[in-house]
Amino acid sequence: MQDALLDMRSITKTFPGVKALDDVSLKVRTGEIHAICGENGAGKSTLMKVLSGVYPAGSYDGEIHYDGALAQFRDISDSEARGIIIIHQELALVPLLSIAENLFLGNENARGGVIDWRETNRRTESLLRKVGLRDAPTTLVEKLGVGKQQLVEIAKALAKDVRLLILDEPTAALSESDSQALLDLMLELKTQGMTQIIISHKLNEVRRIADTVTVIRDGQSVSSFAASDGITEDRIVRDMVGRSMENRYPPRTRRIGDLLMRVRDWSVTHPDHADRKAIRDVEFDVRAGEVVGIAGLMGSGRTELAMSIFGRSWGRNITGTVEMHGKPVDVSDVGRAIRAGLAYVTEDRKSLGLILDDTITRNITLANLAEVARGPVLNDRAETQVAERYRKDLSIRTPGVFQKVVNLSGGNQQKVVLSKWLFVGPEVLILDEPTRGIDVGAKYEIYGLINDLAAAGKGVVMISSEMPELLGMCDRIYVMNEGTLVGEMPTSEASQERIMSLIVNE
Amino acid sequence: MSLAENSSRNAGATGRIGSYLAAHLREYGLLFALIAIMGFFQIVTGGTLLRPINLTNLLLQNSYIIIMALGMLVVIVAGHIDLSVGSVMGFIGALAAVMIVNHELPIGVTMLTCVAVGAVIGGAQGYWIAYWKIPSFIVTLAGMLVFRGLSLWLLEGQSVGPFPREFQVIATGFVPDILPGGEAFKALLGVRNFNVLAFATGLVAASWVVWSGLRQRAQNRAYGIEDEPRAFFMARIAVIAIALVFILYKLATFRGLPNVLLTMGVLTIIYAFITERTVLGRRIYALGGNEKAAKLSGIKTERLTFLAFVNMGILAAVAGLVFAARLNTATPKAGFALELDVIAAVFIGGASMSGGVGKIVGAVVGAFLMGVLNNGMSIMGIGIDYQQMIKGLVLLAAVIFDVYNKKKG
Repeated sequence: MQDALLDMRSITKTFPGVKALDDVSLKVRTGEIHAICGENGAGKSTLMKVLSGVYPAGSYDGEIHYDGALAQFRDISDSEARGIIIIHQELALVPLLSIAENLFLGNENARGGVIDWRETNRRTESLLRKVGLRDAPTTLVEKLGVGKQQLVEIAKALAKDVRLLILDEPTAALSESDSQALLDLMLELKTQGMTQIIISHKLNEVRRIADTVTVIRDGQSVSSFAASDGITEDRIVRDMVGRSMENRYPPRTRRIGDLLMRVRDWSVTHPDHADRKAIRDVEFDVRAGEVVGIAGLMGSGRTELAMSIFGRSWGRNITGTVEMHGKPVDVSDVGRAIRAGLAYVTEDRKSLGLILDDTITRNITLANLAEVARGPVLNDRAETQVAERYRKDLSIRTPGVFQKVVNLSGGNQQKVVLSKWLFVGPEVLILDEPTRGIDVGAKYEIYGLINDLAAAGKGVVMISSEMPELLGMCDRIYVMNEGTLVGEMPTSEASQERIMSLIVNE
Repeated sequence: MSLAENSSRNAGATGRIGSYLAAHLREYGLLFALIAIMGFFQIVTGGTLLRPINLTNLLLQNSYIIIMALGMLVVIVAGHIDLSVGSVMGFIGALAAVMIVNHELPIGVTMLTCVAVGAVIGGAQGYWIAYWKIPSFIVTLAGMLVFRGLSLWLLEGQSVGPFPREFQVIATGFVPDILPGGEAFKALLGVRNFNVLAFATGLVAASWVVWSGLRQRAQNRAYGIEDEPRAFFMARIAVIAIALVFILYKLATFRGLPNVLLTMGVLTIIYAFITERTVLGRRIYALGGNEKAAKLSGIKTERLTFLAFVNMGILAAVAGLVFAARLNTATPKAGFALELDVIAAVFIGGASMSGGVGKIVGAVVGAFLMGVLNNGMSIMGIGIDYQQMIKGLVLLAAVIFDVYNKKKG
């Protein structure tokens, strides 16, 4: 049996009024890939902050043994010096600097403050080879896709002589193929003896690469088991939510009605490249009570399609028509699109969906203030009642509707965004990655909500990168690739393989 | 009840008050700082600060800054800045002088024209900022230079004045006492002057503060969101109410209610109402809080930004008229560097540079704080050199305090 590189014993971390971690233990053996699973707010990030010294020694109870000795990190640079490096979900690269400059940021190959560019580029090239990138060291990071940026982050960690590499939701924003490349790289690094911790919501990935899984729930370590025990997704889910989840998608009685919305000949030019058609001749329709999926890789134009329909919020030279109930409607700005009966729930809730520093109430009513106002004057009481109603209906977990949304977990933030759009009373809801970055329990609740909407006769368009989710939720699936729809099929005839082959054969 | 139980309950209450205070340090801090500074200058100036004549002066001196601070708060909450207001104010004063003094145009026509020109100026700048996405810093920096130059050109480098009496009264006049009983009060209080209207205004304002405070508190309790300890609430309301009565009483014993105080008061109430209670106000905060999210919620963010600058232009024009009337002359240097005082007042009042945060009342108190500092230091005979340094440090301290508070919270 290998020695433990890291042994966190009985870590307890208390914030005023909250016990964020309660007697959590984590043992990571040298050279393994250790997965940490848990719902949002379970305490994973807090645990990593304790480990990396964001919360310095003394601010928590318990002991961290690292590399055979008691470790007391004062800050991040302290833990980094010992080879513990965390790659966060939000990448920390400077977009306008080159790959090489980013790799050695704060750690430059310099003599007397003067950078040795030849040495820098030489080392960059060798590091990039290690992570499987073939871009020139002088390429600006902003020119790279998210997948490649993630790999640059790993190369950056390698440049610092990393011994324990921690990846926080590394594939959350990656396409299927980029995710695969990243997981392959992790396995490759493992063969070279690197110890890694991965925090992930994607259980299929965890099952694929992890040697050991530790599940954390409500600030406590619930279970820890080795791959040899047979890691099953169901087992992890059961430990994460404290209940078994036989069916990950709640059942729905399908009652599909008349044609609700139809989009015809929809074409959009890229806002920055006048010669590039980002969306070409897209046609699709949604019926009342129907959940329609749009599958496709990231960058296939799904979000761009949705946003261009929703009040021309993306692109230019938009042509085509949107019909509701068979009649063309004006969707030339967001207000008109809302009045036409549309709602769009963005994939990027933090920067496009919410005003983070504002309260739950104010976020929910924002798109339909007229409903809580008498003339131009707002009615506080009505506003609070609306917020309270959605808090109950969607079970938004918060001490009160006057909390700022920045303090909520991802799943609850998403429920606030959904509440906002339900409050405008749309006929068709376009949901863009509605379950991205939220935990299993909240996902289930959101699926249930989608079913309720369909049962109430609304049309739902669901854009998702997770194919199982589309297969589990939709009645019909469109496949999108490179700005155009390349296929349409009822879900009963759909499979992951069939969708994938449509994408790659195009 | 046992002793132990009792003491533990007290400890709980103290903890609650402590945490409440920590969360609302900024608002109390501003009020407390204003009172402390006034108290300090009252003592070191030997009581000059709060003499009726000085108090009247203090209001007149700061009226145009407060009027512009109302518009600047809106601009800053929307996520922008306006560096041109000092120049615009000077330009409008110059325009008024040329129209009234040189061309002998009627005062009413002149004032309406000036306000309209202010709106056009604000719109001209707002257009580039809102629809072309040119940073407001650049556009209004350009505006600052352009309108400074236009004032010089319009006045041909000369001072133009004086204004007719009817124009001067908008800044230096007083509201006539329409209420009876002045003689009785004079005899009763042994003062030479007593303006019943001014005093009554103070009483009405104070009662309104108490009434609306109680109403708000009752409403918050109904929602279960009231966390201000009772003692704090009472103290805060009492301080504000007493201050209002006190100040208006002092004014009553001098010449009564200055016209500009009335203008300022009415404008402050209107803007506080718009920003805090209306759909329009809510949208401005949303725009500053997250422009993209606001836009995707169906808010016409461009038009809102444009209107914020039109509004700023109108208020700068009003301030320009008041300023010119007060000095009784228009000079090419009028309003020089005044934009900085206005911006400082808004930030001292708690607005955030990144937009979405700030209150009208905060901006007004911030402007008063700066005004009292100016006035107090001038009475003490402190040189302009030290005055500038102290004001700069006060601004820095207020913002550091904000950032520190935010980090801690």
